[in-house]
Amino acid sequence: MFDLEGYGPTIFGGAIVTIELAVLSLLMALVLGLLGALGKLSSNRLAKGVATFYTTLIRGVPDLVWMMLLYFGGQIAINQIFDFLYYEFGIDYYPQFNEFVSGVITIGLIFGAYMSETFRGAFMAVDRGQIEAGKAYGMSNWMVFRRIMFPQMMRHAIPGIANNWQVLLKTTALVSVIGLADMVRLATEAAKSTGEPFKFFLPVAVVYLAIAALSDFTFRQLNIKFSAGVVKG
Amino acid sequence: MDALIALLENNDIFTPRTLLQYWGGLVTTVQLVFLALLIGGVLAVPLALMRTSSKVWINGPVWLFTYVFRGTPLLIQLYMIYYGVTLIEGIQESIWWVIFEGAFYPALIAFVLNTAAYTTEIFRGAIVATPAGEIEAAKAYGMGWWKRTRRIVLPSAFRRAIPAYSNEVIFMLHASAIASVVTIIDLLGAARNIYAQFYAPFPAFIFVGCIYLVLTFGILGIFKKIEKHMLAHLQPR
Repeated sequence: MFDLEGYGPTIFGGAIVTIELAVLSLLMALVLGLLGALGKLSSNRLAKGVATFYTTLIRGVPDLVWMMLLYFGGQIAINQIFDFLYYEFGIDYYPQFNEFVSGVITIGLIFGAYMSETFRGAFMAVDRGQIEAGKAYGMSNWMVFRRIMFPQMMRHAIPGIANNWQVLLKTTALVSVIGLADMVRLATEAAKSTGEPFKFFLPVAVVYLAIAALSDFTFRQLNIKFSAGVVKG
Repeated sequence: MDALIALLENNDIFTPRTLLQYWGGLVTTVQLVFLALLIGGVLAVPLALMRTSSKVWINGPVWLFTYVFRGTPLLIQLYMIYYGVTLIEGIQESIWWVIFEGAFYPALIAFVLNTAAYTTEIFRGAIVATPAGEIEAAKAYGMGWWKRTRRIVLPSAFRRAIPAYSNEVIFMLHASAIASVVTIIDLLGAARNIYAQFYAPFPAFIFVGCIYLVLTFGILGIFKKIEKHMLAHLQPR
């Protein structure tokens, strides 16, 4: 049943690629999102300007445009940089810019912008008195962030992160367009050569739904964990 | 203006010919997005009402529809319809083939179904949020289900749905870029052609990115105006 005329195992391998891509992009998005949120909330005008410019620009342009710009432009930019290094310093090293890396960078950049908004809202939801109390205890800024802000902020951020993750997961399908052999591309190739689109696209759709359902469950558990200190009532 | 003309004259890529290609792409993108939102929005109203029904046999199928279309990538939906439509028996001999031979209508169908699913859930949320007192008042006036839905529930639900719906419009505009994957020359399709002609990814894609950016902020501006007008009673004083 899962053989799919011999394409089954290959497409399953593509599902692993999709998951790897999604998880790595999520990690990058979370880091960029935290930085973006801190920038937006910063009193430093430069940091605030850069963060606002980043989130506005990213969210105003379609994901696929970013993906093509970074993939087709990325290789040229990298070649030019390493051309320069070669002619100036004699460093003979030309890295290949592959679809997977550019997919992770693009999706990470895009969802970093969305995560910035999520984290910004979550940081603002933490009571200011908490920070003042931390400072009154003589904690440094970093310690206040690590021990007080972050754990409380996460409770407010989890629903937003969960939402962004569900959208991110579906966005990974776009990387098949620039040629990454994820499950969508493999299914497309199988569908074209056998002339039976539903046979291959339906299982792929079911895998997406299954990952979505599984992550929904995971985020519910995380929500419980981060809400441990909240009195319900 | 003179500076602009000078810039165009000294430019290999942005000649009147390529700008015309971008213009053609813009027209296609706007057509696709506008039609998808119009048809999807009209479909979403009855679907949202069905979705709020307490009867499982009415509510259930709509729930399944929105769950599947919101839970899977639009690209897969597009591929299924684009490649799947050729499988319908006899379609290539029928008069419908004129319509479905190109990619425009399959793409439009995929976009309509996708936006209908999202819009249904947006409307459902707005309908459920109707204050119970308003419905009680309508009932006390002796209004039946249809009359109170038409006169009380839907008008206020549409207003409440505006902020979430503006997000959906932006989402649809951005999602429409994947039409270029199935050979449609929309905005991104034009950019891809121009990239291929000149092997110049930066000018081709940055220019199209700017057009999308302008469209996005244009739509946001229009919705802000609408919100100010329609949701005046909810503005903080």
